[in-house]
Amino acid sequence: MTATSTSGRPARPTSAHGPDDANRVVPKRRRRPQTVTEWVLLLGAVLVAIVIAFPFLLILINSFKSPSDYSSGGPLQLPAEIYLDGIVAFWERVDFPQKLWNSVLISGLVSVFAVVVSVLNAFAIGIGRVRGRTWVIGLFLLANMLPQEALLYPLYYMFKQVGLYNNVWAVIIIFTVIQSAFGTYLLSAVYGTFPKSVLEAAAIDGAGRWRILWQVIVPISRPTISVLLIFFFIWTWNEFLIPLTFLVSNENQTVPVAISVLQGDRLMDVTTTSASALLGLVPTLIFFLIFQRTLTRGITAGAVK
Amino acid sequence: MATIPLIRAPRTRAPARAAEEPLIPHRGDRASLGYWLYLVPGLVLVTVIVLIPLGWNVYLSFTEWRGIRPPEFIGLENWVELFGDQTFWASFRNSVAMIVAMVVLPTVVGLVLAALLFDLIGRRFSGRLASFLRATYYLPQILPVVIAGIVIGWVLRPGDGALNQILEAVGLGFLAQNWLGNPDTALASIMVVLVWVQLGYPIVVFMAALQRVDPELYEAAELDGANWFQRFSAITLSIIRPEIFVVTLTCTIAALKVFGPIYVLTRGGPGDSTIVPAYYAYSEFFQAQQVGYGATIATALTIVIGVVAFVFIRFQLSSERKESAS
Repeated sequence: MTATSTSGRPARPTSAHGPDDANRVVPKRRRRPQTVTEWVLLLGAVLVAIVIAFPFLLILINSFKSPSDYSSGGPLQLPAEIYLDGIVAFWERVDFPQKLWNSVLISGLVSVFAVVVSVLNAFAIGIGRVRGRTWVIGLFLLANMLPQEALLYPLYYMFKQVGLYNNVWAVIIIFTVIQSAFGTYLLSAVYGTFPKSVLEAAAIDGAGRWRILWQVIVPISRPTISVLLIFFFIWTWNEFLIPLTFLVSNENQTVPVAISVLQGDRLMDVTTTSASALLGLVPTLIFFLIFQRTLTRGITAGAVK
Repeated sequence: MATIPLIRAPRTRAPARAAEEPLIPHRGDRASLGYWLYLVPGLVLVTVIVLIPLGWNVYLSFTEWRGIRPPEFIGLENWVELFGDQTFWASFRNSVAMIVAMVVLPTVVGLVLAALLFDLIGRRFSGRLASFLRATYYLPQILPVVIAGIVIGWVLRPGDGALNQILEAVGLGFLAQNWLGNPDTALASIMVVLVWVQLGYPIVVFMAALQRVDPELYEAAELDGANWFQRFSAITLSIIRPEIFVVTLTCTIAALKVFGPIYVLTRGGPGDSTIVPAYYAYSEFFQAQQVGYGATIATALTIVIGVVAFVFIRFQLSSERKESAS
């Protein structure tokens, strides 16, 4: 029953509540004043949070400094004046809008294609219960767990032969397969517990399999599918090894690849490097803010029985 | 990086008899055959993009190939060389360091912090503060791991880097150094990046799991005079064991695959001090042009990951069986 917490039954007492649940404590406990030990432990937890957030703060303040401001004031001081040249210089140098577009295009198409393939696979495995499905699921899991290095050179050679080397489509095809392998595993578990009565009713109404799949099953499993879409998008966005290998020319690169190949470049002074890190982390921070709820729900899917 | 949704296969409670029938009613007896058609695109893709390259890569490990003329079969030569290759063994020693940084430390510290947030801060202070701290711990997880590497690499810059300047400012200037360029500190610096990235994942997963712990069980233990640590080890740990298992398995596999931070921060250097199997294979493929040898390293890595996953899953199954027997 584990995977079903993402399958559109929000009434389940899942992790969607977050730790705010801890509010439902026995009232008498709350009245006892906190002890010194408890304050010390709280302080420890807050200190850890400060240490974790600290690199972000450093990047944020130093991206808006001029190199001379940095060398005179050090990394901890706020910028003497807002200096945008580092960000602008890096933005133009990597043609940032183009890299953003490449990343959005690759991640967006991968997540849609991978969801379609996952749905088709999961329909056969979870609903159709084809023979030998345990082996088929095992095969897809293997595809997802393998180190990409074990496929890298043959894929590189194959895509070179068919003329798709240095082409975003090579990356799109490869990640469609890798992500859908995971999606198949997850969706098959969800579809395996799909309410049979709904499917029987649809069959009695004369709907064929194809129609039942797209007009009954997919709409009902939309919550799981949307979690998959978002995860596939972010996973593909964050990928590095395969985009690095396949997208060699500048105009095809994704955001992480374009930023990392310029590290250590002579023209990158200290605050421009900081600006490059800032540009790399801003898009993912934005996704996080938009999709925070779905992400935490997704990560802990199945963590509650 | 390892924002893997935590999914365990559903326990099969229902007997197998009904499980062989498709869920949609059908006429005739060739029902299941039509469903195979839906698997065709997925199976074709997996065959072309995963199975064929995987088999090809294993084959390449028995060849000498520089990527241009056809590969030349040389039997076990690459494998013999691999076992005597100091760099290869160094890469796996460094993998152990990656496991410490991505599995051991985050799991142990994550358990403590999750319990602290859930038991103490959520209950005795405020639930909102606990949520906020959890989100802060999780923040580095959302970054592409190479960007996380660049962020920490920037802090550790040689010379005028932020860490060196801060050490200078507090009078510890003698500690300042080229953190990533010094063989004594490079590996530890990479480990810091990984701990920073990884810590939030177990915390989020464990906190969700802690909601399963029945507060009454805790109160009963408290009445019996058990202190916090006794309650934690006797009750909490056994209840959230499945999550600990999944976190350690997925993170161990991720630790064995580390590539991005190495590529962007040290390229395996100085010397071999931060080389890992994934980077070693990559550099053999594309820098040394020793495709056959690179394929051997990649195959060895795949075997190690397979063995680790197998051992983990066997261990979990046997401990589950023991539990249900007792």
